[in-house]
Amino acid sequence: MNGASPANAGGPQRPGTGRGGPVLRGLLVEFDSPGALITAAERVRDAGYTRWDTHSPFPVHGIDAAMGIRPTRLPWIVLALGVIGCITGLALQWWTNAADARHFPWVPVHLQGYTFHVSGKPLFSLPANIPVIFEMTVLLAALGAVVGMLAMNNLPLHHRPLLALTRFKRATCDRFFVYVDAADPRFDPAGTPEFLATLGAAAIEPVEEVVDSGRLPRGLTIAGLFIVCLALLPPLLAAKARVSKSEQPRFNIIADMDNQERFKAQQAHALFADGRASRPPVAGTLARGDLRGDPHFYEGRVAGEFAATFPPQVQITEGSIRRGQQRFNIYCAPCHGLGGAGDGIVAQRALNLDTPGWVAPTSLLDPLVVERPVGHLFNTITNGIRTMPPYGDQIAEMDRWAIIAYVRTLERSQNARLEDVPAELRSELR
Amino acid sequence: MSSAVREIDNTLDVPGQRAALITGGHDLGSLTDVACAPWEAPRPPRAWYIAFGLSLALLAVLGAMIGYLVLNGVGVWGLNNPTGWAFDITNFVFWVGIGHAGTLISAILFLFRQKWRTSINRFAEAMTIFAVVCAGVFPGIHVGRIWLAYWLAPLPNQMAMWPNFRSPLLWDVFAVGTYATVSMLFWYVGMIPDLATFRDRARSKWKQVVYGLLALGWTGSSRHWHRFERAYLILAALATPLVLSVHSVVSFDFAVSQLPGWHTTIFPPYFVAGAIFGGFAMVLTLAIPARELFGLKNIITPRHLDNMCKITLLTGSIVGYAYLLEFFTAWYSGNPYESFVFKARALGPYAWAYWTMIGCNVVAPQLFWFKAFRTRVWLILLVVMCVNIGMWFERFVIIVTSLSQDFLPSSWDYFRPTWVDLLTLAGSFGLFFTLFLLFCRYLPMVAMAEVKTVLPLTDPRAHPHPHVPATRAFDYNPDEFDPAATSNPRDAREERP
Repeated sequence: MNGASPANAGGPQRPGTGRGGPVLRGLLVEFDSPGALITAAERVRDAGYTRWDTHSPFPVHGIDAAMGIRPTRLPWIVLALGVIGCITGLALQWWTNAADARHFPWVPVHLQGYTFHVSGKPLFSLPANIPVIFEMTVLLAALGAVVGMLAMNNLPLHHRPLLALTRFKRATCDRFFVYVDAADPRFDPAGTPEFLATLGAAAIEPVEEVVDSGRLPRGLTIAGLFIVCLALLPPLLAAKARVSKSEQPRFNIIADMDNQERFKAQQAHALFADGRASRPPVAGTLARGDLRGDPHFYEGRVAGEFAATFPPQVQITEGSIRRGQQRFNIYCAPCHGLGGAGDGIVAQRALNLDTPGWVAPTSLLDPLVVERPVGHLFNTITNGIRTMPPYGDQIAEMDRWAIIAYVRTLERSQNARLEDVPAELRSELR
Repeated sequence: MSSAVREIDNTLDVPGQRAALITGGHDLGSLTDVACAPWEAPRPPRAWYIAFGLSLALLAVLGAMIGYLVLNGVGVWGLNNPTGWAFDITNFVFWVGIGHAGTLISAILFLFRQKWRTSINRFAEAMTIFAVVCAGVFPGIHVGRIWLAYWLAPLPNQMAMWPNFRSPLLWDVFAVGTYATVSMLFWYVGMIPDLATFRDRARSKWKQVVYGLLALGWTGSSRHWHRFERAYLILAALATPLVLSVHSVVSFDFAVSQLPGWHTTIFPPYFVAGAIFGGFAMVLTLAIPARELFGLKNIITPRHLDNMCKITLLTGSIVGYAYLLEFFTAWYSGNPYESFVFKARALGPYAWAYWTMIGCNVVAPQLFWFKAFRTRVWLILLVVMCVNIGMWFERFVIIVTSLSQDFLPSSWDYFRPTWVDLLTLAGSFGLFFTLFLLFCRYLPMVAMAEVKTVLPLTDPRAHPHPHVPATRAFDYNPDEFDPAATSNPRDAREERP
């Protein structure tokens, strides 16, 4: 990597630099103005040194050219990360909101998407996805810029011989430095100091290997270990609870009204004389449905069998059949179709989507339905059948009978021949 | 310390000559001394202790109010039906808006090469982060069962359902989350060289270790600076569209709904202008006491205040224009519901809030046309305090007036805040100022490395004969430096009759 600072480049030591004493790592030259630094940098560059660097409290204009620093490749890293962020944002939204999980049965269910239908809007629409795509692009590109810059600069790195020098402390304040590493191929223990002395420096200082630095104070180490141990406690306790058994009820941190104080139906309680927590109904109480004494009208049954005729309360008139048509078109037609052929809009959509487990609605024109007694149809509407839900709570009894009358009308009209139509109306059909 | 620093008026423009951005004739060393002085002083000024005590008390109030809310539910707020959003979202939008000026100063002014930004950008970035922290509190606590606030995040719930990515409320999570992250990165990356300065000046072992760890081993290497500058430029280029997008997305929370008064396409630019406006007012609110208190008058000069006042005037006028245009749109749409909402804003039960907003946001900043109002700190403070109040009321007016009188007159209701509402708002200022005061004391308040680049003597071209011997001793003591004692011939040039 071209980002390694010469200050920490551990190259082979030149012979004769440090046997028996501190090892010479390089030479530090101090300047007091950015102009002096640039002039010096140009001369070090022209002298052919490669493992060297300059240090300044702020970015000096023109130092890149003076040192021969080539433009960094950081922008390409940022571009790559930005593209990855863009694709991630797009893929995340497609996968979680628009992908059909049935095509990916091998994905764990919590990682499958979920197709929300909101106000009939399309599942996947780019305009609605732009904000998240944009934010993901910026987020990853920014992270790429920062992490890339630090990595290429070989940061963080605290163990540096330069940082141990008192003189160098002013590199972040008001002084400018040239540092030539001893590992440079052109470094000469005698010639290099002489050359550097000609640069107009304020001072030259040898940089030696640091023996003791970069070690954390003991207090910090102990505190760090203590915090790590504390942080390990909750996961360890949770892990222990998962493998051990207990007779105590589950510890519920946030109850969310999961367990409420109440009496269950058969519980005993000393408050009442009969010792029961629940009270029996007051004498003379009627249960729901007790007033419905006519099984023919309310259940469509006569003597336990499905009735073959309409109950006497139901008058079949044109008005009641029109009422039945209106109710049919509201409640039945969505599945069974306006004509009763089982081709309602819900059925068509389910077939288009290829919904698994879908049972097509019965055609009401089928001979099986035509031959059913009316009581059977009444029972089907009231209680539902197979996947058809019960409609007894939504449609009043009289309306249910009206619907059956209309269904009977439909069956006749849909299976009719031309001769069934009165002669004076036949011409309108052609 | 504060009274020792002379203030030099550098707001006059002389044709053909650039006014000095940093006054007092500072060189690199003295500038570093001044910028580090608040941190190096053995004790902060007494005013700091007073302010910190007050802020901590308010922070405790915020904690108590949140605890009370969690134990009792959102019924402790004054929300009613139909006003389901009131102080919570008002405070959220208010704080997020303030959080935008920091990135604007840092990023947009950086891209426009506005060198005066260097004195105030660290401030403004810190303000951004603390404002976003305050903003983040409110969506978290307004959900009722706050232990389920993680439902905001893009995670599948117990039914394996993911959030609806076509909802502006989810865009908000991404926008504010990204903004908080990128602002933190921008702030921290810019601070690394200054943290290294602190590390190198630290006397105690603890400070050396802590600031050393934070500075990541920065040595000011030119090879590092090269990549650092490029990364900083890229971050600025990324943050600029980001700052515009974030408040646009916040405005989508309203604009994408169908409620009259919210459903307008003007909201994104209007919100962004309002955010910059409110943010600059808050930067001025913080910078004026801080420069007074910490002796930074030569770094944050009258010219800086003047420039910020001008931007406040500009954005305030844009906001005023947006208010006018909202009325025009309501009338021009021919939609009776839309017109009703705007008539009700100006003349209805919340007229007091509406006219407070107009007075504070439209009328008050117009005073900045006069130079006297841009150069006297007390007058600046007066105007920006108005703006701070007005910008809070702007969000209140938008949210509450639109909700409280919706389509059905039978469901109209007047929102009255409870004491919990009011104390939570006050407490959020405690959180903000606590963080800000800690920042002033423990982190580099001035972007030293950047300010140094705008000093005239740091331009290499200004020194044709650089071989000047060092005049200062190496083992100097920063404490011996007294800014008041500095007399420099340059001062004479800056002081004009």
